[in-house]
Amino acid sequence: MVIKLRSEHLLEIEDHGKQTYPKECCGLLLGRISNDEKVVIQILRAENAREEGQQHNRFLISPRTMFDSQKIARTNKMDVLGFYHSHPDVEACPSQFDLDHAWPFYAYVILSVKKGKTKKMTCWKLSKDRSIFDFEEIIRV
Amino acid sequence: MALKVLLPVALRHLTGNQDEVDLNGKDVGEVINGLVNRFPELKTHLFNENGQIRNFVNIYLNDEDVRYLDNDQTSVKEGDIISIVPSIAGGNIETINDSYANMELSKNEIERYSRHLIMPEVGMEGQKRLKATKMLLIGTGGLGAPLGLYLAAAGVGKLGLVDFDVVDFSNLQRQIIHSTADVGRPKLESAQEKILAINPNVKVETYDVALRSDNALDIIEDYDVVIDGTDNFPTRYLVNDACVLLDKPNVYGSIFRFEGQASVFYAKEGPCYRCLYPEPPPPGLVPSCAEGGVLGILPGIIGLIQATEAIKLALGKGQSLVGRLVLYDALAMKFRELKLRKNPECLVCGDNPTVTELIDYEQFCGVTPELESNVNLSEDSGEITPVELKSALDEGEKLTILDVREPHEYEISSLPNSILIPLGQLPSRMNELNRQDNIVVHCKMGGRSAKAVELMKQAGFNQVKNLTGGINRWGEEIDPSLPRY
Repeated sequence: MVIKLRSEHLLEIEDHGKQTYPKECCGLLLGRISNDEKVVIQILRAENAREEGQQHNRFLISPRTMFDSQKIARTNKMDVLGFYHSHPDVEACPSQFDLDHAWPFYAYVILSVKKGKTKKMTCWKLSKDRSIFDFEEIIRV
Repeated sequence: MALKVLLPVALRHLTGNQDEVDLNGKDVGEVINGLVNRFPELKTHLFNENGQIRNFVNIYLNDEDVRYLDNDQTSVKEGDIISIVPSIAGGNIETINDSYANMELSKNEIERYSRHLIMPEVGMEGQKRLKATKMLLIGTGGLGAPLGLYLAAAGVGKLGLVDFDVVDFSNLQRQIIHSTADVGRPKLESAQEKILAINPNVKVETYDVALRSDNALDIIEDYDVVIDGTDNFPTRYLVNDACVLLDKPNVYGSIFRFEGQASVFYAKEGPCYRCLYPEPPPPGLVPSCAEGGVLGILPGIIGLIQATEAIKLALGKGQSLVGRLVLYDALAMKFRELKLRKNPECLVCGDNPTVTELIDYEQFCGVTPELESNVNLSEDSGEITPVELKSALDEGEKLTILDVREPHEYEISSLPNSILIPLGQLPSRMNELNRQDNIVVHCKMGGRSAKAVELMKQAGFNQVKNLTGGINRWGEEIDPSLPRY
């Protein structure tokens, strides 16, 4: 599957990552599925619900935030298509921790932010047997 | 009650693409069970192996998380809406040596590590990370030997070595960092020498002590990674607890006969040793290498698995063994893996830890240390020394000597006129012996025979004594012609 994001979405994600650096930022990708492609229509910033001391390498989107976001999505006839988060000072590759906590279907966008500067952005989807993340292509529209 | 269950898009492919399902039930538990019965593939995503709702699955009744209501017993009414809401979590493995950026590699080092540097997964950054990492090896024996050699070769910046032992002839079968010329030397000296010979860039610090509750925290504090190469349970638990308290990864390995195990215990990311083994085995149940034997080449593989994990932690690359236990069977040449889970009730690393300081680990493991005694052993202490046994035999005393070792040990060496009944067979064969006789029981070092004496006393044998130090000490003090093993 492929995920389509507009330039302003990509900029929003990068801005968020720079603003929270050196902590991890996180947020939701809302949109619709069309012709087997995930088309993102709106980005929702989320608060990192992990405790202060752990936010440099951990993020958590609380169920309350998720519940509210799902409601917003539903009212606008959209779905939560996935999430984004940043990796401060490390590569934009999913970790074992990411893998252990992943849900199927969702697009996981990871942005690498090194020393305050945004680097690579990648997108991943959990494989069917949960053993690995498959690479998903980001298409800028 | 008829109501709706709303599903997140992530699970819709398992419900025929329906995001709303109509179900019946009187409470939340019943409704969810109904859902899972209708769509069985949902089960693994919603429940763990113990049948409990997964940590990252939340169930809402209308607007409230049922955890704040009555969980699965929350009652429902007509028209209610139950939502399944994921928690979304993730993050990166923390790297343990952020000071690597300040490291420099000399021209010499660049040439030395060229085979590392040309791999993009390592590169200059990775090699600098190795140089910035300080690893502590607990024990320079079977596991410590390959660890020391390979970690030195790889360019780890600092290696701490903890060992108070001296090289023994029988170590040479597997402790390849020591050579024949080193027999009798302190292991630390021998190990340090070989490490520096391989790589003079490594800083080596030696600790000529037994790791104990009163020194462990101070020693471990300075290091980034602890690698457990110990051979006894009290030290294993000590190292584990200290690492949890100090937030250090503990790279674990163990060997026995033809099998080995390895894992990484890092309480911040997963389970600790106590999550796996909350209690030590009863003393004497698990023999040491000296008692059970070990295939000499075995610590090579397990030590290298530990070294691999330590290097990966330093580089911040790859998938570590946190939460995984590797089991190796040398005879079958098979590797198996078990998933390990953090125990939320673990006394050391759980949600409400009660162990917040290091304790007395010998007591915890039921091992009483040998007491120095100035008093002569009295007749009814249940023990007899080799010297005493020899003089008793010389004076013509009628004694039965019972050997409780295994047949293959008996073949290596035995006491004259001894009867062999292996300890495992003793309970069923005890009646081959006479309760009226004076019996002296021995094994290799005195451990198994002590158990045997206990068993026999309970069965009504009142004239049994344990030969302290076993046939080993007999060989040292009385008959040096006996081969020691």
